[in-house]
Amino acid sequence: MLVLAELAKRKLALLGLIIIVVIAGSALLAPWIAPYDPQNQMFDGLTIEGAPMPPGGQFLLGTDLLGRDLLSRLMYGAQTSLIIGIVANGAAVLIGALVGVTAGFFRGWIGTILMRATDLMMAFPALLLAIVLAAIFKPSLWIVAMVIAMVNWVQVARVIYTETRSLSEREFIEAEWGIGASRFRILFKHMLPHLLSTMVVWATLGIATTVLLEATLSYLGVGVQPPTPSWGNIIFENQTYFTSAPWLVFFPGIAIILLALAFNLVGDALRDILDPTQKGRH
Amino acid sequence: MTEQGSKAVEKILEVRDLVTQVATPSGPKTVVDGLSFDLCRGETLCIAGESGSGKSMTSLSIMGLLPEPMARVASGEIRLNGTDLLTLSERAMRDIRGNKIAMIFQEPMTSLNPVLTIGRQLGEAISTHNPMPGSRVRARALEVLKQVRISEPEKRLSQYPHELSGGMRQRVMIAMALACNPDVLIADEPTTALDVTIQAQILGLMRDLQRETGTAIILITHDMGVVAEMADRVIVMNQGKVVESGTVTDVFEKPGDPYTRGLLAAVPRLGAMTGTEGPASSDGKALERGLAKPLVSVRDLTVRFDIRGGLLQRVQKRVHAVEQVSFDIFAGETLSIVGESGCGKSTTGRALMNLIPWQGEVVIDGREIDANSRIQTREVRRNIQMIFQDPYASLDPRMTVGELVAEPLVIHGLASGSELDDRVEYLFRRVGLPADAAKRHPHEFSGGQRQRICIARALSLSPKVIIADESVSALDVSVQAQVLDLLGELQAESGLSYLFISHDMAVVEQISHRVAVMYMGQIVEIGPRQAVFENPQHPYTKKLMAAVPIPDPRKRRQDFSLITGEVPSPVHGLDYQPELADLQQIAAHHFVAKSAMETAA
Repeated sequence: MLVLAELAKRKLALLGLIIIVVIAGSALLAPWIAPYDPQNQMFDGLTIEGAPMPPGGQFLLGTDLLGRDLLSRLMYGAQTSLIIGIVANGAAVLIGALVGVTAGFFRGWIGTILMRATDLMMAFPALLLAIVLAAIFKPSLWIVAMVIAMVNWVQVARVIYTETRSLSEREFIEAEWGIGASRFRILFKHMLPHLLSTMVVWATLGIATTVLLEATLSYLGVGVQPPTPSWGNIIFENQTYFTSAPWLVFFPGIAIILLALAFNLVGDALRDILDPTQKGRH
Repeated sequence: MTEQGSKAVEKILEVRDLVTQVATPSGPKTVVDGLSFDLCRGETLCIAGESGSGKSMTSLSIMGLLPEPMARVASGEIRLNGTDLLTLSERAMRDIRGNKIAMIFQEPMTSLNPVLTIGRQLGEAISTHNPMPGSRVRARALEVLKQVRISEPEKRLSQYPHELSGGMRQRVMIAMALACNPDVLIADEPTTALDVTIQAQILGLMRDLQRETGTAIILITHDMGVVAEMADRVIVMNQGKVVESGTVTDVFEKPGDPYTRGLLAAVPRLGAMTGTEGPASSDGKALERGLAKPLVSVRDLTVRFDIRGGLLQRVQKRVHAVEQVSFDIFAGETLSIVGESGCGKSTTGRALMNLIPWQGEVVIDGREIDANSRIQTREVRRNIQMIFQDPYASLDPRMTVGELVAEPLVIHGLASGSELDDRVEYLFRRVGLPADAAKRHPHEFSGGQRQRICIARALSLSPKVIIADESVSALDVSVQAQVLDLLGELQAESGLSYLFISHDMAVVEQISHRVAVMYMGQIVEIGPRQAVFENPQHPYTKKLMAAVPIPDPRKRRQDFSLITGEVPSPVHGLDYQPELADLQQIAAHHFVAKSAMETAA
């Protein structure tokens, strides 16, 4: 609660928080507040020539090629994208941090094995891996989230590993050994708080790339299966009509950017709030 | 210009009413306040002051290198040969910088570009201002390298900065600065990061070069010894204001301002303890050692680090950091280890703390330490604690200082609840900090206060020995004196022993009962402080003593030629067998190495 109050004090963070609440709210309440059924291909959703309707009038954000209401699809798509963004990315950060910290702190043969495995994963083309994994398991929302986590933890692990190593060389960690602190204490009380800011940055920055990766997977047919909408697959379905119906790409694109921006703003503020040396500097 | 009335003096640089401000959240803060001075050809002006005095801001203002928009010159004039530098465009300033005014920075490690050869960097410094064909640039580069008396100058041209020692790098920096024959050379703490013997060499070099070229030097330093050694005139700054200015002899002998007087009084002077046996805190009285058993006994301590390389990460070379070092520390005694960087003194301290792997035998208060366990049995750990060099780096910035001081007690299960609070409050008071400081974080304290926090932390376990590794080196002299007093008090009160690791001979003289001199990982001389300081036997000890700048302009050294050479590298091949120093007793408790080490040093 204290953190929330601190967040509210910062204008930009507050803005980010509001955006997140609006998006999450419309995703949760979509069944009740969405103007149309996202799957409904409406006859009056197309012009006489059969082209999608532009924004305005009956359909606030226009309709897509099949005459479905874009606003409703975006609201339902937010469910998918938020789940992918938060769950998949959160899992990636957790796995990455666990591997990175373990390898960086304990080093030795555990560290070598973990980091060589990370290198191996890094050398593997991420998309190919995702396709293989998605082909083995039948694609569903949760499988897609898992696949993305399996691909994305690698970078996090690398960064956290390097940071853990440099942190354990710092003099105050040496001083902790000097007073007889246990490994457990050094790791949890003195190292993790310092790694937290990197993790927060990854957790927020990663959301945008995760949403986009899901879009790519959807495009290749191994992501969230149509007709379930996600922001990514809305863009990819419609990108070839960009010149004739730009709103179909524009609005989901804006949605992704806004979400990413909002998480970044909140993430930045969180990092500062969690760091006592930054106090009184915002 | 009062002092040189007879000589025709040519003013090169005139600074008038310089005001420099730095932006802070609460508005502009004046860091240089109304500074005025003249600088004449061939003259050395020292700007002395402690941290935060605005001395470095002055040099950046003159160079036009203030980090704008965070800092700016608010008013004043800086005239170089009559032109006001503050009115010049950035473009015109670029022609001045490096050409008319050159600068040497403190850190020779970071001031050179690591991916360019020395030749390239020197060549760039030369050809930027005087475009000339490549062969002539090279010839000029070689010429300036010879001027700064670097060994094997031809070879250096094709080497990279990391292949050179710190002293050589600083010589290269000076060569770069002098490449265009500047009118003014600004040296900002040019020797602070260097060992004393290298410092003496660099100071001697700067003096010789000035004699040859007539360049005016502005030397910015916190070290009053360096001031006395180098300055013609001195400006003492405190919190942005000039508190004193005058000729070097006037400032040292008749300081007018109380701040200057305090500063000079706080400077530790080598030789101040001559004729006494014990440290200053015990009024020079020696320790009654009697037949007591030593509190700490170290035998054949050896620390080697493997350097791995190649495809298979096999051990290729070894750093022989410490080789078979033996010494004792008695209860209530301060043993100092002195030596230059790389001599193994810090490694010795860290080995005793079990922070690095070592071999040998260490007994503390009758208990042998297990070399293989990083987490030592708590009782042994409790007896030996350490204060690190950098009070900024050795406290976890995310914890409050109260938590930090309480932590050892919590870990060792010595106190909890209100007892813990009382104990922490007592420790804070003991080291001279207000008890309400406990809720704040380390970054809210000054360097001296942080070192007190570190001391409180070390004291919390009531150890019998405290290892102080360069613990006062990073502090301003006045703060340094206070922290040394505190350490002395604690010793007098509770019979603590210290292993005091330092490169500063004057400080060591003040606080030690006994002194060990380390060179190349071995002790080459060890004995009572009076014996080692007043009757040094080993050539390396003598060299170290001779290298210390004396804060007295009348005792200025004329000849630095005795101090030459640098400490060789401790990295050797796998089959290397170190030649061990053979310590022989020459007087009571005074041992000196008599082996081939003598010729090596």
